Amino acid sequence: MDFLISLPVILPLFSAILCVFLRDYVKAQKTINFVTASLLLVISFTIGHFVYHDDIIVLNSGNWSAPFGIVLVADLFASSMLMVSNLVYFAVVFYTLNNIDKEREKLYFYPLLNTLMMGVNGAFLTGDIFNLYVWFEVMLISSFVLITIGGEKSQLEGAIKYVTLNLISSFFFLTGVGFLYGLTGTLNMADLSVQISNSEPSVLIDTVSLLFLAAFGIKSAVFPLFFWLPASYHTPPVVVSAIFAGLLTKVGVYSLIRVFTLIFTQNTSFTSDILVVIAGFTMITGVLGAAAQNDIRRILSFHIVSQIGYMIMGLGLNTALALTGSIFYILHHIIVKTNLFLVGGLVDKVKGSFALPKLGGVYKAYPFFGVLFLISALSLAGIPPLSGFWAKFTIAKAGVDISAYFIVGVALLTGILTLFSMMKIWNEAFWKEQPADCVQVIKVTKKDLVLSVLPVVLLASVTVLIGVFAGSVFEYAEKVTAGLTDSTNYINAVLRRISE
Amino acid sequence: MNSIILKTAVKYLFPVLVLFSLFLLIRGHYEPGGGFVGGLVAASSVILYLITEGVEKTKRLMKFEPVYYVAGGLAISLLSGLVPVILGMPLLTGTWSNIEAPVLGKLGTPLVFDIGVYFLVLGVSTKIVISLAEED
Repeated sequence: MDFLISLPVILPLFSAILCVFLRDYVKAQKTINFVTASLLLVISFTIGHFVYHDDIIVLNSGNWSAPFGIVLVADLFASSMLMVSNLVYFAVVFYTLNNIDKEREKLYFYPLLNTLMMGVNGAFLTGDIFNLYVWFEVMLISSFVLITIGGEKSQLEGAIKYVTLNLISSFFFLTGVGFLYGLTGTLNMADLSVQISNSEPSVLIDTVSLLFLAAFGIKSAVFPLFFWLPASYHTPPVVVSAIFAGLLTKVGVYSLIRVFTLIFTQNTSFTSDILVVIAGFTMITGVLGAAAQNDIRRILSFHIVSQIGYMIMGLGLNTALALTGSIFYILHHIIVKTNLFLVGGLVDKVKGSFALPKLGGVYKAYPFFGVLFLISALSLAGIPPLSGFWAKFTIAKAGVDISAYFIVGVALLTGILTLFSMMKIWNEAFWKEQPADCVQVIKVTKKDLVLSVLPVVLLASVTVLIGVFAGSVFEYAEKVTAGLTDSTNYINAVLRRISE
Repeated sequence: MNSIILKTAVKYLFPVLVLFSLFLLIRGHYEPGGGFVGGLVAASSVILYLITEGVEKTKRLMKFEPVYYVAGGLAISLLSGLVPVILGMPLLTGTWSNIEAPVLGKLGTPLVFDIGVYFLVLGVSTKIVISLAEED
């Protein structure tokens, strides 16, 4: 049974190896990749099912028990992230079937996609802080290559910023891990939690927590070090952007929440103030940056930044309800954001551009695309009854409950501005007539179109379902939060203590 | 590079270095050493060969492309980690057989894992150097 939770890591590795050996057989690689993605989807939902109905699953790799060995832990939070991530990955792989150029396919695109997913899954599952660093590196190095293969000039330009800032953040992360090890003599997160809550509060622990805040902050693109994201996310092909947008920054947010609910719980008033301020600035700068853009992918990239602000705000408000909102937000955001990028890809596919001034008339030619876009875009902006509304509502309610009116005001303003940006894309790309000099004749076969639209439909319907069954999802998020605010269960499961 | 001294030296150094890398790999079973250093030494022998004989000959020497060494190494390591799973133990548990081999000592999955690492490191290092050498 515990072997099951190592599969989300082993399977992509296995598939990556196979894909390298089958380098010259692109079709075989495609099939393997698709099968892997489907299996991952099934496995992650199985894990989610077991964790929800039974208990936390722990795997002591190498048969070394915690805190000495490296453990993989699937608790509710990890398994929920695992489920949405692999759902999104499945949709993206589906979309990739028809939408990646031959050049990139030959340059190890599929093995890299697999190792990327291995890193993401590993980061969610690990129960060891140094191992978390390793998974981050696995993920980042794959993403470095994915963002640069193709070697277009704009790609390299974006990649330099991306690589540099992420390396700096890894440096912070590693320094923080070093300090933690020096302070406590352990790297196991459950054990760290016990050791730190038993030790005297000290300035050093606060400092270390800030190192982690900086490290994960850069990786999740919060103010002020977010600019690597809009500088690089619009450069690679849309499938790559979509998976980056959905997953990478969210792994940073996941780690932030994990670290600040499990390990650094001593002096929360200190960190939560900082988090709330950062959240406010992140939301506003992100959304204002988006308002100034004229390219679909750039607008969407800036919106990732502003949306991260909401998640950080939930963590910073530091109440159970706020954290529930954060988790709801992440679950909703991963799906919606990826889908918007995929819709952007569809627009590019039929009209040959991402630049708003050159676009137009998509709604007239493909009304169905308009529906798909609106579902995701309105959900992102927080229009009821779609998923984004409930996520925003929960966080805003949590803020009002503790009279944090200012930050709630900022969040609501951001919501309105988000709606403005989404309507801008709608008006420019879908509604207006396409300028006559920009009309290109692009032939898209029916089969191609259907295969590209299906994954988008899948994600859009999940968005609608989250909105319709918001009550159940909310209860689920509450359960996840309960596991985070009271980490006794987690600690007992990892350290194999018998709970009383 | 066209240097008779280096060429002659490499002729004798090459087998010695390869042997030494194998020695390091096997020594890592019980003592300091292991797949990583072993792989690096093996890669340095290949790189010396590359400096004297050029890229083409080196590629012929390697038989397969370096990427296949990487993937093969990963596969070997992964399989060694899966052996204990089949026997009902957690992933990556060191599993030992009762066969006592001369020189090697007791055989077990850690050695297999190390062999995987050896090929992985060999593949990555030579891939980097060959790509650089092909640039000019």
